[in-house]
Amino acid sequence: MPKAATRPAPVQPVPKSPTGIQGLDEITGGGLPRGRPTLVCGGPGCGKTILSMEFLINGARQFDEPGVFLSFEESVEDLTANFASLGLDPRPLSARKKLSLDYVRVEPNEIQETGGYDLDGLFIRLEHAIDAVHAKRVVLDTIETLFSGLSDTRVLRAELRRLFNWLRTKGVTAIVTGERGENGMTRHGLEEYITDCVILLDHRVVDQNATRRLRVVKYRGSTHGANESPFFIDELGLSVLPIASLGLQHSIAPGRLSTGVPDLDAMVGGKGYFRGSSILVSGTAGSGKTSLGGYFVEAACRRRESALYFAFEESAAQIARNLRSIDLDLEPFLRKGLLQIHAARPTTSGLEGHLSAMHRLIEEKKPRVVVVDPISNLISVGTSVEVRAMLARLIDFMKVRQVTALFTSLTIDEGHPEGTDIGISSFMDTWLVLRNIDRNGERIRTLDVLKSRGMPHSNQVREFLLTSQGLKLLDVVRHQGRVLIGSERAAHVTDGPVGPPRSGKRAARR
Amino acid sequence: MSAKSARQSRKPRKSKATAEFFDLRLYIAGQTARSIAALANLQRICDEHLKGRYRLEVIDLLERPQLARGDQIFALPTLVRKLPEPIRKLVGDLSDTERALVGLDLRPRASDRS
Repeated sequence: MPKAATRPAPVQPVPKSPTGIQGLDEITGGGLPRGRPTLVCGGPGCGKTILSMEFLINGARQFDEPGVFLSFEESVEDLTANFASLGLDPRPLSARKKLSLDYVRVEPNEIQETGGYDLDGLFIRLEHAIDAVHAKRVVLDTIETLFSGLSDTRVLRAELRRLFNWLRTKGVTAIVTGERGENGMTRHGLEEYITDCVILLDHRVVDQNATRRLRVVKYRGSTHGANESPFFIDELGLSVLPIASLGLQHSIAPGRLSTGVPDLDAMVGGKGYFRGSSILVSGTAGSGKTSLGGYFVEAACRRRESALYFAFEESAAQIARNLRSIDLDLEPFLRKGLLQIHAARPTTSGLEGHLSAMHRLIEEKKPRVVVVDPISNLISVGTSVEVRAMLARLIDFMKVRQVTALFTSLTIDEGHPEGTDIGISSFMDTWLVLRNIDRNGERIRTLDVLKSRGMPHSNQVREFLLTSQGLKLLDVVRHQGRVLIGSERAAHVTDGPVGPPRSGKRAARR
Repeated sequence: MSAKSARQSRKPRKSKATAEFFDLRLYIAGQTARSIAALANLQRICDEHLKGRYRLEVIDLLERPQLARGDQIFALPTLVRKLPEPIRKLVGDLSDTERALVGLDLRPRASDRS
């Protein structure tokens, strides 16, 4: 029918080339626009070159898309050495003709302009390199260097426009890097010519901690995350941590798993935590948070499930020794490698560093349960908003992998356990509150379940003891309508109930 | 090269520029109007200033693209003065004779004149 012909064609999704960079493909919805140039800009040392190189290396290694790297800044030897140090050694790929590196040296001192010219020399070199490896990806890093060697900016601009158009007709997916300018995205306004996709990198220092941020400023014909996302460069390259949540689409893992303390299992619906859920254990100093973490991983190891313990306060040896004092022996599991404790001071690297390291370890070890002890210590290296966002990201990451995670959090104010200042409780499925109450000259430990989604749970505040035989939850003793704790309770239990025996039951019914 | 520094040079020559041997390479891409103009302009300069003491090789990058890398060519046409050292690159069709002569060190640079 002719009517159908006049209907506008459905919008075709822009085809994309995956970068293979953790997190970046997520933000861009699958990668960079295929067959088009993308502008990556930022100040010196912001990571442009590394991002570009990883895009090429991943292309050649994972997606069978050979690449050409045309550097205007570093010699091939320097580039090779720099990338080898990041675990991105380009030499094997060069040897297999999957990658071509070339250095275009622009030396202003030896150049004299004597009349009309164009950039055909650059075109010819690029085309020669593209043809030699059948490249599908190209990086030009940083082409603005040409402006330092050639003074006729009018010619240069016209030629760059021609170059980017030519790259489009060659059908290569390209990254063109540009130095951040004072008045625009780039010093020489490359954003005027490259409009398909623009990514901005930023490197700033906040409270002595260097933080890196990535933002997709523009992506023609595609939706993209518009937020700034932290990213991190370590010995394995670059990874981006999108702040935006993955959404709540993870499938739910069936089953429950023990808290490691039978009495506590009884308090959370009789069967323990949900598999794949997140548990927050908050409490003041010395209230027994690490002990609960210890029980949790020990129970996992007993089930022969691997466990990962991130310690931000104590060393692995310290944790193992301290838990031995409550009859919890982690040694055999540590030896077997079933349990791994990773201890690090929060300040040894930025927040991104910690989270990225955690992501990588979780990817690598594939644990079934994870403990982060304590999450509150990460606040010391980030602002609350950041911690919140990145924690959300970490929790999503683990939920997708159906990892059950227990986070401890140090509460400063005894009276208000809810004042966990990161505001992270909304991400948590189960929240246990530990208190260390000072009353009548004695310290009494209590535990209660503040919330536990999707299961009936106890509403009682239970007293517990940390003894050389382990953690003991004490039975609730009531007297005259109130719960007895501490020495009152001890007196009550040894001397026998003082009032009529039924009063306790009546109280329980209330 | 200024007259002053020429006097100080060890070899007792009148001027470095009038005695040394020039090794030149002209890079072009096909027989474009600009390539032809560059070659004609270069020929004229050589006849006037370098008679008998130069060698010229014309390299067409459309035929031998792999040669662009060695001399770091990106703009065309480019004339490379391989000798005498240091290496000089003259970008453009050499229509500005004055700048071409300065670029080849056959004329003192503006900054050396004072």
